[in-house]
Amino acid sequence: MNRRTVYLTAAAVLLAAGCTPGTKAPTAAATAPEPTGTVEFWHQFTDRESRAIAGIVKDFEAKYPKVTVHITDGQDDDKTLQAIGAGNGPDLAQSFSTDRVGKFCSSGAWVDLKSYVDRDKVDLSKIPPTVRSYTEFRGKRCSMPFLADAYGFYYNTTMLTEAGFAGPPKTLSELTAMTKALTKRRADGTIERAGFLPQFGFYEFSPAHLAPAAGAKWFTGEGRSAIGSDPAWKELMRWQKELVDWYGYKNLAKFTASLGDEWSADHAFHKGRVAMMVDGEWRVAFLRDQAKDVSFGTAPMPVVDAQASRYGAGYVTGNIIGVAKTARNPEAAWALIRYLTTDTAAVVKLANAIKNVPTTTDALAAATELKADPQFAVFLQIFDNPASTTMPASAVGTAVEETFSQFLAKWQSGAATNMDSGLADVDRQVDQMIQLAG
Amino acid sequence: MSTVLRRRLTVLAFIGPALAGLVVFFVYPLLAAVYFSLHRVDLINPPEWVGLANWRFLFHDLNVRHAAGNTLWFVVVMVPARIVGAIATAMLLNRVKRGRTAYRTLFYLPALAPPVVATLAFVSLLKPGTGPVNTLLAKVGIEGPLWFNSPDWAKPALVLLALWGIGDLMIIFVAALLDVPVELYEAASLDGAGAWQRFRNVTLPSISPVVLFAAVTGVIATLQYFTQAAVAASVASGDAVTGGGISGTFGYPEGSTFTYPLWLYTVGFRNGLLGYSSVLAVVLFVVAIAVTLVLLRRFQAFAGSVR
Repeated sequence: MNRRTVYLTAAAVLLAAGCTPGTKAPTAAATAPEPTGTVEFWHQFTDRESRAIAGIVKDFEAKYPKVTVHITDGQDDDKTLQAIGAGNGPDLAQSFSTDRVGKFCSSGAWVDLKSYVDRDKVDLSKIPPTVRSYTEFRGKRCSMPFLADAYGFYYNTTMLTEAGFAGPPKTLSELTAMTKALTKRRADGTIERAGFLPQFGFYEFSPAHLAPAAGAKWFTGEGRSAIGSDPAWKELMRWQKELVDWYGYKNLAKFTASLGDEWSADHAFHKGRVAMMVDGEWRVAFLRDQAKDVSFGTAPMPVVDAQASRYGAGYVTGNIIGVAKTARNPEAAWALIRYLTTDTAAVVKLANAIKNVPTTTDALAAATELKADPQFAVFLQIFDNPASTTMPASAVGTAVEETFSQFLAKWQSGAATNMDSGLADVDRQVDQMIQLAG
Repeated sequence: MSTVLRRRLTVLAFIGPALAGLVVFFVYPLLAAVYFSLHRVDLINPPEWVGLANWRFLFHDLNVRHAAGNTLWFVVVMVPARIVGAIATAMLLNRVKRGRTAYRTLFYLPALAPPVVATLAFVSLLKPGTGPVNTLLAKVGIEGPLWFNSPDWAKPALVLLALWGIGDLMIIFVAALLDVPVELYEAASLDGAGAWQRFRNVTLPSISPVVLFAAVTGVIATLQYFTQAAVAASVASGDAVTGGGISGTFGYPEGSTFTYPLWLYTVGFRNGLLGYSSVLAVVLFVVAIAVTLVLLRRFQAFAGSVR
């Protein structure tokens, strides 16, 4: 390598080092200023839900007339993170994925809100402990809960009644028995109607949403992957595989391939092609909006037979919202976050509009409209259940569940048969990625 | 100013814009990728030196082996399939006497379709149960496969999509075939050569530079195969619209369409390990260069053997 090449290489490396982000994260002013100016707000809601967000933001603008909020809907986490990294991010961003809180916090993409929370004396004890846990990471409160989601069990009451069932299953054994009774097959053995679809990765049936049924753990106390060492996962996997095998994996794959998109009106539950399913509380509104003729009931997710006391718990997660590192108007962005997440009237109004679970104890108490709805009230109870769990935050975001899901896809199809070895690989991969993320 | 200096400056002025583009869009990103591969990078904070930690993970990463295997499958199957398909289509089109231009346009048109749109259309056409292809197959008593919903058929379905869009390559072969001197075919026929011998000893040597071009560009493009695999997986999974981003569905079904660039993107932008994804980028570059060099050497041997 001649001297000129060395100089050129060194210059390029210095340039590489120089062309990296270095914006200083905003912190709260000593005293809260009057919110003014323009706020850029990116969120992930679309259609009906996006209109509801726009409505509540108009209320905020009416309360703070010197603030104008520009909303960009239908965003996703990848795009938002890239924009923040490039210095062109919004003032505040919302995400559906609580499992990315670790990434948002540890990277500093979303700023630590502690200085704002302390200055304005926001009472965080009014946020339930599970919700507080998924909105912070390693002591950094970089997000606030922007309504929550609770996962439960949906069943088609007409189909259950026709099959002679008085109510939904409470244990996984009952779920298996009812699935077999409610499934209809054609003469050639293919599925015409499924009692319950046990394929991991299809619609909302995921390991995270099933975990509360057995209290399965994601991490050890030292922050390492516990997927391979927790016997609860193995019990859930065996139950699931048995049900998949009863259908025949190829039969299931063929059936699910013919079903409509999860977020469209052609959803299999809307169309009466599946009798029972796991889903979030938002499905109540989707069903009433898109499938008015479907008669349905809601209940907590069935649990493993040996842990009947767990019945009533479920997976809890939610939307999160935070101030981006690149915020040009962080004080007004914080004012909007504070309004959207702690103003009881605003939280209840938004929860009513998009049929999500309110996230403060005051708003939960005031959510009389939601409580009066028997199908939705089930999700408020799941949310309030102390045994309900969430996906713990990690520095590698969604990699933990996705790595596990990759193995589960092979496990359920029969391509992988050695459970212990596969789960050990999952643990190793997850631990190494967490180590790399720092 | 001396004549030599003036001449050098003139040359530099002419090649300057191209040189600047090369430095900014090739040399700098390449060196930056090497630099980032030795750091913890999350796009938000200044890079943090981690030595060879990212490189060590390359040898333990289970996903990279799986993703590289899928990409290798595409390189081995899709590239030759596209070249053979393009040559065959070009030869057939050159035989057509009437309406040749119309047919050429017709076969070229799919290449103009944006990859996302073309993939969406293909997933709809091949949707098991409701798609027109399986409906037609069922009418003649054939049970169609699950196409993009089957781990065995998803990759072949993507190859079909690539074959549908061979217009770009086909049009180059049409021109190359028209350039083959007719006298060579006449001489070969007089010598008693059959159709295969004429193709093997006249056509192939004459168009071999174009075959090499198609092979090299095809391999490089397939090593970077991303859009079609991502869109097909997302749409076929039935979970196309999520706030978590499209990358949550990459590889569906069962990781069968999970290519190397998809893992590079996922681990970098979804999992935030930009340092490690830089390692993957550097490896991809080295592999692309190596494969190109091997192809060039093999081509010399191939060209020599057919002459």
